[in-house]
Amino acid sequence: MTSELDIFVGNTTLIDEDVYRLWLDGYSVSDAVALRVRSGILEQTGATAAVLQSDTMDHYRTFHMLERLLHAPPKLLHQLIFQIPPSRQALLIERYYAFDEAFVREVLGKKLSKGTKKDLDDISTKTGITLKSCRRQFDNFKRVFKVVEEMRGSLVDNIQQHFLLSDRLARDYAAIVFFANNRFETGKKKLQYLSFGDFAFCAELMIQNWTLGAVDSQVDDMDVDLDKEFLQDLKELKMLVADKDLLDLHKSLVCTALRGKLGVFSEMEANFKNLSRGLVNVAAKLTHNKDVRDLFVDLVEKFVEPCRSDHWPLNDVRLFLNQYSASVHSLDGFRHQALWDRYMGTLRGCLLRLYHD
Amino acid sequence: MPGKLKVKIVAGRHLPVMDRASDLTDAFVEVKFGNTTFKTDVYLKSLNPQWNSEWFKFEVDDEDLQDEPLQITVLDHDTYSANDAIGKVYIDIDPLLYSEAATVISGWFPIYDTIHGIRGEINVVVKVDLFNDLNRFRQSSCGVKFFCTTSIPKCYRAVIIHGFVEELVVNEDPEYQWIDRIRTPRASNEARQRLISLMSGELQRKIGLKVLEMRGNAVVGYLQCFDLEGESGLVVRAIGTACTLDKLSSPAAFLPACNSPSKEMKESPLVHPPSHGCRSTHNSPIHTATGSRLTQNFSVSVPTLIYTGMGSGSAGKEGGPFKALLRQQTQSALEQREFPFFTLTAFPPGFLVHVGGVVSARSVKLLDRIHNPDEPETRDAWWAEIRQEIKSHAKALGCHAVVGYSESTSICEEVCILSASGTAAVLNPRFLQDGTVEGCLEQRLEENLPAGCGFCHIPYDELNMPFPAHLTYCYNCRKQKVPDVLFTTIDLPIDATVIGKGCLIQARLCRLKKKAQAEANATAISNLLPFMEYEVHTQLMNKLKLKGMNALFGLRIQITVGENMLMGLASATGVYLAALPTPGGIQIAGKTPNDGSYEQHISHMQKKINDTIAKNKELYEINPPEVSEEIIGSPIPEPRQRSRLLRSQSESSDEVTELDLSHGKKDAFVLEIDDTDAMEDVHSLLTDVPPPSGFYSCNTEIMPGINNWTSEIQMFTSVRVIRLSSLNLTNQALNKNFNDLCENLLKSLYFKLRSMIPCCLCHVNFTVSLPEDELIQVTVTAVAITFDKNQALQTTKTHVEKSLQRASTDNEELLQFPLELCSDSLPSHPFPPAKEHLESASSNSGIPAAQRATSVDYSSFADRCSSWIELIKLKAQTIRRGSIKTTVTVEKASPMGEGNFRNRSAPPCANSTVGVVKMTPLSFIPGAKITKYLGIINMFFIRETTSLREEGGVSGFLHAFIAEVFAMVRAHVAALGGNAVVSYIMKQCVFMENPNKNQAQCLINVSGDAVVFVRESELEVVSTQQPTANCQPSCTGGEVTT
Repeated sequence: MTSELDIFVGNTTLIDEDVYRLWLDGYSVSDAVALRVRSGILEQTGATAAVLQSDTMDHYRTFHMLERLLHAPPKLLHQLIFQIPPSRQALLIERYYAFDEAFVREVLGKKLSKGTKKDLDDISTKTGITLKSCRRQFDNFKRVFKVVEEMRGSLVDNIQQHFLLSDRLARDYAAIVFFANNRFETGKKKLQYLSFGDFAFCAELMIQNWTLGAVDSQVDDMDVDLDKEFLQDLKELKMLVADKDLLDLHKSLVCTALRGKLGVFSEMEANFKNLSRGLVNVAAKLTHNKDVRDLFVDLVEKFVEPCRSDHWPLNDVRLFLNQYSASVHSLDGFRHQALWDRYMGTLRGCLLRLYHD
Repeated sequence: MPGKLKVKIVAGRHLPVMDRASDLTDAFVEVKFGNTTFKTDVYLKSLNPQWNSEWFKFEVDDEDLQDEPLQITVLDHDTYSANDAIGKVYIDIDPLLYSEAATVISGWFPIYDTIHGIRGEINVVVKVDLFNDLNRFRQSSCGVKFFCTTSIPKCYRAVIIHGFVEELVVNEDPEYQWIDRIRTPRASNEARQRLISLMSGELQRKIGLKVLEMRGNAVVGYLQCFDLEGESGLVVRAIGTACTLDKLSSPAAFLPACNSPSKEMKESPLVHPPSHGCRSTHNSPIHTATGSRLTQNFSVSVPTLIYTGMGSGSAGKEGGPFKALLRQQTQSALEQREFPFFTLTAFPPGFLVHVGGVVSARSVKLLDRIHNPDEPETRDAWWAEIRQEIKSHAKALGCHAVVGYSESTSICEEVCILSASGTAAVLNPRFLQDGTVEGCLEQRLEENLPAGCGFCHIPYDELNMPFPAHLTYCYNCRKQKVPDVLFTTIDLPIDATVIGKGCLIQARLCRLKKKAQAEANATAISNLLPFMEYEVHTQLMNKLKLKGMNALFGLRIQITVGENMLMGLASATGVYLAALPTPGGIQIAGKTPNDGSYEQHISHMQKKINDTIAKNKELYEINPPEVSEEIIGSPIPEPRQRSRLLRSQSESSDEVTELDLSHGKKDAFVLEIDDTDAMEDVHSLLTDVPPPSGFYSCNTEIMPGINNWTSEIQMFTSVRVIRLSSLNLTNQALNKNFNDLCENLLKSLYFKLRSMIPCCLCHVNFTVSLPEDELIQVTVTAVAITFDKNQALQTTKTHVEKSLQRASTDNEELLQFPLELCSDSLPSHPFPPAKEHLESASSNSGIPAAQRATSVDYSSFADRCSSWIELIKLKAQTIRRGSIKTTVTVEKASPMGEGNFRNRSAPPCANSTVGVVKMTPLSFIPGAKITKYLGIINMFFIRETTSLREEGGVSGFLHAFIAEVFAMVRAHVAALGGNAVVSYIMKQCVFMENPNKNQAQCLINVSGDAVVFVRESELEVVSTQQPTANCQPSCTGGEVTT
């Protein structure tokens, strides 16, 4: 006796969250059945393995049919074939577009091209995520990227509108798109200690302050491309370290303000010029694409690592950066206050986030 | 010129890409009705065309309006070659033809292609202007309402129930016409769909004419079926019950006489103290009087089953003259009718007086080509013959009417089995005539018939019984005689007194038969049929006893014929009727009592059986009140005593035989194990696994013993096909395979629906077909309904307590409305009592704690998700980049403040653009009130594929197709302005495959009633008026009982 055909169709489409997760994780039907058996579901429900097999097949078939619609989530809302309550629709979409931290760290900042797709095998082996799941996640990134890349308006809003993602997930995708577009290097060994969350945080700050959209909300690509003019202008900041008087004055202002407040005051005092030079030089170099890509490497090398080696507590770093940014306003010879604020405001936020073990 | 049909094509969406070069489509639409066709402009290069056409007007006869479907074809314009069809929409405009139903059809319809399935949607508006036609000789029957529901529809009152209407039309099947060899599969499928649509329109019109002749205005319990006779043609036939219905203007004015499955039944129009029921009898199954006969055209009528009891009852004298009077009245009312049949399964209170038992008839026919489609006499004659037989069987049971009547066929090649069955009954004439009899008779009726047991009382004369039956005095009123077991095809009357809960009982059987041709084949089949009926009946009886129950409702026996086998599947809902005696146990008797080991084996089996009975009694909460023997004066020991008796027998094997003899004759059911077959039977009895805890199942409308439904429902269709390995084709192996197939299917359902626990599968409808030699296909449609566990426990009390409770229950229900409004997230506990109560419920319910936890977890997640969508929509409308940006500060940007997030979330409803349409095979929607019937939905679809593998194999193909059928039904209902389909039924699901050619084809026929319902929680205004009016009927109910 063999089962030729075995289906279950509900007027309301049944979605089993556990099976959905297994499907999203890229398990084959037989693996999924084995995993479900291990979860103790048979004992809980008194079902047999055959029942579980049939149930799993059924759900996989449904998910397979739904996948086409999930590629364009608004279609899922308007289609008539599957009657799914709105809360379940949202769950399907949200889970489908969710991604693994380990995976996103591997592709963050890489070009979402065929070349990268070929590397998915390696990523799968390295991260232990199934190739199928890697492909889904990669295709999701690419799909979102393609849709919103040249669109006018806020990146997060565009993503939410076209993919109906939650606020949180849409922000994550905005970061992924932003990183992919600007090709920031995130894979270096030095940067391994950073989480996706760290990068996403920085991306959000940069999108808010450093992109075209920060000044003009009516341009294409406004949230994906950095404001070229702004980057050009950043060269002007160089005088903060090139002009020796300014540098000394800056240092003395910072030191006066922080004396007694910093646990690592002497280290700060000794390192001030190096740190300041590092931060300003990073800014000055951003005119070159290559250096833009290395932004995070530079920040870690020039600021995070020196501070860390002197064991600055995070609070001291915060006090220092605040004072460091604010003191510039008191430098009479320096005219680019607005530019400095736009640069340093964002950088300060990023650095504080990047500063951890 | 009595009608003007107006159609407007608004827009399309999600169209498929028809032009590969541009990835777009140049779509236009053809609108066809009868022989007139209109076209829209071509909307260039778009997958979402906006035609916004003018009104296309068709001036037509109302006869055509009834017969013809509106046909909408979407095409892709091609300058150089023929235009490509994208797909079609057929719209049945019948609902627009009667005044109370829909006034406009407007909405998005899936564009359907028989090869590609659904390909986008089209927005259409349809209206009809009808002119009054005074022509007396008209051929149309506009205005007659049709209902699939097999009870009086909820917002109507039955003035008169006229009786049986039937009609059939025949035609050649386009699939078998010569032209089919040269046309494409698509053209052939479409020709078939169109023809069937036309034929069912015509059929409905003709039935409507008959109803008008009878001076009725509606058909209730309308059942239309197709017989695909292959070469010999296509038959569309329908039966129904003609009625005169009155629309209830204010449903709230009528209040329930008794507790009902849904509160909606409160509308039940006839407020009279309940007095009705149904009943049949039991034991030795076959009434052999009408032996099988082979007529010239090879018609074999298989002896009708009259389920009877054995042993002779003593005569009872009471009620004699009154009964006679009643009978006379009814007789005169029914005698004018050719067939006093009713397709209804539930009745207005007082309609059903007595129930005699199940009557059925089958006949084997050889199909021949239908030569003249205009004269379908042969098929008519076949059915007339069968109906005649049913009628005579009912007479033999002392009944003048047959209720719960249905007809079916099973066709294999040129052999066709016609079956009809129903429940013989005595009816109250009040509903059958124009209100002339209302008066003294009626009053007497009500005085004489106690509620909850009247229908069980035998309708036939005790002294002159048509079959041997074992009668006792009614356990409820102690005045009238009742049989010891009752089998019926109807639903459990709502006022019947039931102890414990009911359960689904199935008998399954396969019999091999030799492959044969024509007459030899028909003879072979007709020889097998009586044995199958007998065995099916024995199985049912055994299983019923094993459950400790004494009555079957909703009995449906399906016999399916295949090339080399016959399958029998009987489904029914077993209950314990308080009026009938406690069923005896099952005794096993061995043939060779001296063999020690054999004896031991037998006693072991006996013990197992006794244990199962005890377990089932506990499971279904069957603990009838103990009745002292003196009162009853019957030899039947009280239940406890008996179970003790049985147990002691099993301990000492020596005594078994003796005890059997003394005991068995009276009430216990004796199974004689004289060969391996019988052994097999006993084994198979014990293999049926009860549903997991928290689950109940039945094949009737409502589950006896559960009356506190909550609003969550899930209708589903499940299909399984198994291939038998041809090596092991013995009857036993076949039986086992078939049994496993059904049991596994049920197990799968329980597993799939576990998140709904506690819930009940209602209206479980199994259909068996044998598409090929070694294939068995089982299709199940049912609905799972959740219920409130806390309340359920109360219903197991005795009748008196129950009736007292009714008043309080109703009051509590009132309390629940405002609560429901605010606590939508707790649907399973609509009235949260004390905290402890809830806790004890969850600990009792037997659901693993883990499972609970996840479901709770989910709901919060779901809420969040839906709020996201809501949020996005809000944003989408007012995107102001600056404003959003400024709110994002450094502090807040990381993990989004949850509180902030929640504040923004709106209630998670009304954000889906597609309205929810509920579907259910039941006639009601739990927790809701049906306010309007919009018309009948009757749809027929064919789907074919030549790329089976690519579509996910047979499972993928059929899964997608059934999902599409549901979608099309929902879309039509939504376009009519409805939000649910009740009495939904999938009448046919014919699946054929040819994996070698990578092909498959499937035909599906579904029907139901489109309705508008309103949640009861939205009806507080009405409900606040209830309490005062409410008491009275329930009090009267109580008085009648005592």
